[in-house]
Amino acid sequence: MLRVDIEKKLGEFSLQANFAGEGRVIGLFGASGAGKSSLVNMIAGLLRPDRGTIVIDGETVDDTAAGIHVPTYRRRIGYVFQDARLFPHLSVAQNLDYGRRMNGLAPDPAQHTRVVDLLDIGALLDRRPGKLSGGERQRVALGRALLSRPRLLLLDEPLGALDEARKLEILPYLVRLRDEANVPMVYVSHDAAELRQLATQIVMLKQGRVTSFGGVKVLA
Amino acid sequence: MPEISPAEWTAILLSLRVAIIATLVATPFGIALAWLLARRDFWGKSVLDAIVHLPLVLPPVVTGYLLLLTFGRKGLVGGFLADHLGIVFSFRWTGAALACGVMAFPLLVRPMRLSIEAIDRRLEQAAETLGAAPWKVFFTVTLPLALPGVLAGMVLGFAKAIGEFGATITFVSNIPGETQTISSAIYSLIQTPDGDAAAGRLVIVSIVLALGALIAAEWFARRATARLHGN
Repeated sequence: MLRVDIEKKLGEFSLQANFAGEGRVIGLFGASGAGKSSLVNMIAGLLRPDRGTIVIDGETVDDTAAGIHVPTYRRRIGYVFQDARLFPHLSVAQNLDYGRRMNGLAPDPAQHTRVVDLLDIGALLDRRPGKLSGGERQRVALGRALLSRPRLLLLDEPLGALDEARKLEILPYLVRLRDEANVPMVYVSHDAAELRQLATQIVMLKQGRVTSFGGVKVLA
Repeated sequence: MPEISPAEWTAILLSLRVAIIATLVATPFGIALAWLLARRDFWGKSVLDAIVHLPLVLPPVVTGYLLLLTFGRKGLVGGFLADHLGIVFSFRWTGAALACGVMAFPLLVRPMRLSIEAIDRRLEQAAETLGAAPWKVFFTVTLPLALPGVLAGMVLGFAKAIGEFGATITFVSNIPGETQTISSAIYSLIQTPDGDAAAGRLVIVSIVLALGALIAAEWFARRATARLHGN
């Protein structure tokens, strides 16, 4: 489902990663500065590797030797950022509908209802992002990414900006997402406990290198 | 206030027409240029920036004269447009609109540029991850978020255009009913014996229009801030 073999130099920092994930949730674990976000940005196409290949769901989206670099908007990925990044000029409902409209997909009310129910955001639909709490914002961002019908969902520390109470509020939704939404995920975190609950496979990054790879046991 | 005479109305309506057309035609160019200056780095950017601001610091009579040389009947561009497209600027109200548009351009571009610079680029990245091609990102995220700044630029440009004098009178002269705007009408009236009352009325009209535009621009700027904070 995801194969990564890349090298990238960012100033003094060099990132080198080689792994293939088949699990439902690949946990990308490492301290801040280990290169997790850069790696995810490369999978998303926001950052271009210096050398190597990235394959999503059988499609080569990056291959520096062959000169392939599929732009972000054609990768059919969903990306949930730490800071939600909801569009402030659109209502929650319009935010949720954005990906479907941009991809020219037909409306799918059943899927819409399913996602809205899964994330409990039905009561927020008419609100503006400025009027949401941090946790609500993150749930809407999850819904927005899911409704663009991605083949891979990238979550970059989606709980990172929340306090402990809010984290506990969102975590069950993420578990439900994993078990019900049927979209493979790459979940970035520096929190081992979080990944133990969510991930099915772990890629451990240290100073730009993959130090271990395997089941959740490698976190121990 | 004493009655505004038909001749004064002609000048007021012509000024409005000239300023509205100048603003509307300049706006798409202004948005494109504001985006270019805010978001792109290219060779000669500072030169382009300087050229855009030139009408702000150049004596208006110089700008008018350069327009006459370029867009006059015998000018390089003016001759071509007159011969091939039948568009004539010299001594026409269209020429007044061109002069006003050029003079207003720096004021029109500035708020647009500032509002585009203020947009969080990470929102545009988010739009891209949701499948929006770059031009869709521009029309669904960048432009709506910059809209209050775009409107503020239009209002300021309009206010400048409606008061323009030096470049207009140099380029298209001062022909009542064709190129005589409020400013050039006031200029003629002050030089006419007993013209003071009429000039005074037009002065009041100018002040009202300028104040209205400034208040509108301020209101749009405040809307822009509210919009960026998602309220």
